[in-house]
Amino acid sequence: MSVAEKLAAPAAPRLLGGLRRDGRAVPLAAHVERYGPLPLELRAAELLDRVARSGLTGRGGAGFPTATKLESVLRRGTRPIVVANGTEGEPPSGKDKALLAYAPHLVIDGAVLAARAVNAKKVIVATTSIVHAAVARAISERPREAGIAVRTLVVPDRFVAGEETALIQFLNGGPAAPTLTPPRPYERGVGGAPTVVLNVETLAHLALIARYGATWFREAGTPDEPGSVLVTVSGAVRDPGVYEVELGSPFAQLLADAGADGQAQAYLVGGYFGTWVKATDAHGAAVSNVDLAHFGASLGARAIIVLPPDACGVVETARVARYLAEESAGQCGPCVHGLAAIADSLEQLADGLHTADTALLRRRLAQVANRGACRHPDGAVALVASALRVFSDEVDRHLRGRRCTGHGRPVLPIP
Amino acid sequence: MSDLVLRVNPILCDGHGLCAELLPERIELDEWGYPIVDAAAMPRSLEPHARRAVAACPVLALRLERR
Ligand SMILES: Cc1cc2nc3c(=O)[nH]c(=O)nc-3n(C[C@H](O)[C@H](O)[C@H](O)COP(=O)(O)O)c2cc1C
Ligand code: SF4
Ligand code: SF4
Repeated sequence: MSVAEKLAAPAAPRLLGGLRRDGRAVPLAAHVERYGPLPLELRAAELLDRVARSGLTGRGGAGFPTATKLESVLRRGTRPIVVANGTEGEPPSGKDKALLAYAPHLVIDGAVLAARAVNAKKVIVATTSIVHAAVARAISERPREAGIAVRTLVVPDRFVAGEETALIQFLNGGPAAPTLTPPRPYERGVGGAPTVVLNVETLAHLALIARYGATWFREAGTPDEPGSVLVTVSGAVRDPGVYEVELGSPFAQLLADAGADGQAQAYLVGGYFGTWVKATDAHGAAVSNVDLAHFGASLGARAIIVLPPDACGVVETARVARYLAEESAGQCGPCVHGLAAIADSLEQLADGLHTADTALLRRRLAQVANRGACRHPDGAVALVASALRVFSDEVDRHLRGRRCTGHGRPVLPIP
Repeated sequence: MSDLVLRVNPILCDGHGLCAELLPERIELDEWGYPIVDAAAMPRSLEPHARRAVAACPVLALRLERR
């Protein structure tokens, strides 16, 4: 263990612990006081080694090993570019906005260190409009470190704009719509350079791993899923917001901390590409992908929505299915027509119409999966399929044209 | 020798359906007229037909790729 790895690390919560009470961003001086200076003395190979040993995985949804992504751009030979993905188009998610608004230096640190690790000289922090000023201010507080230029850019507030190829096409002056892969960003990204796109939370963890080491990072979480994660909890809860929890910690603890309605029917886990999980199933579960896999779920975008007892899961899912259909980038036939048709089917069911046809809906789900240029349609299909599974009693009631238990007040947010 | 597989670029494809007419063994159309392509390796016997379907696509959305 090197000297830097022995630096005293601040206690948990790791990312959200140093926030100010007035809701303003932590200024550079306070940030350095809490976490120590940027460890620019670390060589690229050592940085990469720390990230690899930490077992850090992407916090943007797919959970891919971060070190592998860094290595894939490094291997290309030409000078790569680092993109920090702070677009967070997921309506029920607020964790990336919170990080960028309150602790922007943690993210910028991570992006600069990732650039160090892959020998990049350019970092682009892509954000939503609402947090852009905070990020721009934080960047202007810093000197240019290690010859790495950091700039920030606002990305349109659309659901698919944060998909990595959409982000790259937008940064290259095109529309914020996905492109066919290959080429993947690490092969040809911003300006044609190999590009590594990393979620802003991933970078915040990376900033701490560089300082305190892999062993420290692994003190939280499980051997398979080390570290902590930011989770956005909303719906029928007393204290909606962003929580930092250890991977593998009890799901029930998170719900208790947020003051979740004890009568909740189900939880939507993983945001709008996520999975409904029955309340009875979730109680013994852990906040980890290994555990949630038992219920066909994963942490995904780590947004969790608590469905109150008087809401209807079919009605709620139909609203989100329509939203996701409308958020299609409009490029691929199966996504454009398929998601619209799935939303039609689900709305007919939600409205208890006699035209409702679940066999047709299931056929449509099967037809659309895996047929877009990006995973947008697959995410929508997974959500709807889980609703049919978890709310099968409600589905039957709707099919029999019975009155719906939903009170009409929407729970799942639609912008 | 590596396998040949059919792949459609869903961004380019505008659902003419011509390919499905020329290669019904591997391509069917969905409810909206877009091709569902069998991603399994192409048997030799179908290769000429597959090449004809690829050539017939008016927007160059259909490709025969090595895997
Ligand atoms: C439709 C769609 C939307 C996405 N939106 C976001 C997003 O808003 N933020 C994000 O970090 N990743 C988003 N992703 C995932 C990115 O493509 C990419 O995997 C991620 O930014 C990589 O970062 P990570 O390895 O640190 O997780 C999206 C993916 C899809 C398919
Ligand atoms: S699958 Fe849908 S969202 Fe993805 S590129 Fe195609 S049209 Fe756009
Ligand atoms: S011929 Fe080309 S454009 Fe027409 S359906 Fe087939 S792949 Fe799509």
